[in-house]
Amino acid sequence: MNSLLADAAVAWQVARKDALSELRGRYLAGSTLFFAALVLLLFGFALGPDSRRLAEAAPGLLWLAIVFGSLLTVARLHQLEAEDGALDELARYPVERHAIFLGKALAAMAALVVLGGVLLPVVAILYGIDLAGAWLALLAALLLGAAGLAAVGTFYAGVTVRMQAREVLLPLLMLPVVAPLLLAAVKATTVALAGDPFGELSAWLQLLAVFDVVMIVAGAVTYGHLLEE
Amino acid sequence: MGTRILGAVALLAVAGASAYALFGVPPDANQGEAQRIMYVHVPSAWLGYLSFGVTALAGIGYLWKRDLRLDAVALAGAEIGVMFTAFTIWAGMMWGQPVWGVFWQWEDPRLTTTALLLALYVGYLLFRRLTDDPHRRAARAAVVGIIAAVDIPIVHFSVEWWRGLHQGPTIGSPDKVLNPSAPPLFVITLLSMLLSFTLVWLWLMIRRYQLARIEWQIEEHGRLGRLTAARRASRAAVAPSDGAVERA
Repeated sequence: MNSLLADAAVAWQVARKDALSELRGRYLAGSTLFFAALVLLLFGFALGPDSRRLAEAAPGLLWLAIVFGSLLTVARLHQLEAEDGALDELARYPVERHAIFLGKALAAMAALVVLGGVLLPVVAILYGIDLAGAWLALLAALLLGAAGLAAVGTFYAGVTVRMQAREVLLPLLMLPVVAPLLLAAVKATTVALAGDPFGELSAWLQLLAVFDVVMIVAGAVTYGHLLEE
Repeated sequence: MGTRILGAVALLAVAGASAYALFGVPPDANQGEAQRIMYVHVPSAWLGYLSFGVTALAGIGYLWKRDLRLDAVALAGAEIGVMFTAFTIWAGMMWGQPVWGVFWQWEDPRLTTTALLLALYVGYLLFRRLTDDPHRRAARAAVVGIIAAVDIPIVHFSVEWWRGLHQGPTIGSPDKVLNPSAPPLFVITLLSMLLSFTLVWLWLMIRRYQLARIEWQIEEHGRLGRLTAARRASRAAVAPSDGAVERA
């Protein structure tokens, strides 16, 4: 019990540190949010001015923008540290490796929840959809989706952080793995916006939760092998 | 020598089974000649999954024992698995066009899962190629392989739900060939193809494993060579400056 509390404290400190550097660097507000919003704007151009078609595609486009934004977010959270050798220092601390993983994933998840929270109204405005009736379901989908993206992303950012080709490799490795998350999150968002006429919402949220649990456990167990040099 | 005999036996077995599947067994009543594609499609799919299973297990074994020979097995599994999986998808599309009317059927969980499987392991191989240190490569490849392996069932379920909750059209699926109600002649042909393909797979795995061992010896040799060259160069760099001092 005590070791669990200690792990939670370590994870919290790591998350706090990452969140602080993210806030002070203003990376999220400065580049990631702008990039994701730009992606949403370009989808509008790609799909044409037909507003009904855009509204239909909105959940998928929203989640693609979040997935693209997550690539930038997780890469940066590792990159900042690796550049100063701080990641090696972190690995030398006598703390559990899975606590470091959970902390970094928590910080990434927080950043992604903020990202999604900003993008939702952008989607509502650009593609003309009404969010008001479904906000609770949308929040649940966003939290679960952000947790899964953060877990997978933190793992693969740890895999690629020391590699020359990381900009190419991170998306190549991460995107196929998050495909089921994308599918479930888009379906959950779609049925939530439609008012869940067939009662499918909980099934898709459960699928997201299962994905999250599997990936958080797998990442926490294996992350230690990535810090070893 | 043993591997060579295995290779010859595998080649003969595939030739024999293929000849029978092409000319011996009659065409399917519904699917016609296109159904013969199943005799190579199903064995390839099975070997793709088997290869990736071997890669995941060998990766776990490496993390446990830290033996580079297990990493060679993982590499062999991933490369050969990618080859069979790519062939599976290609053969499946060739079958899908005449039978389903389309090359690609999004709501078929098998097809979609297999496509993602291919993407996962192409990424795995690319990752391996871009890492130099053998032990670091082995450990990281092992964890990447493990994550890919745990992702596969989730992918399969999610696509199955996609179709299930959607109530999409019920489509003819490739595994109808393995249906117990299928005439025994078809089943025997398929099983003999499965067996002969598996022999080829075994031969490829052994050869790829041996090749990986040789590649590492060369890598190791190159590293030693560079080390001695660097030492000689540093000695040579010291010597002429001494001479220059004397001449001055």
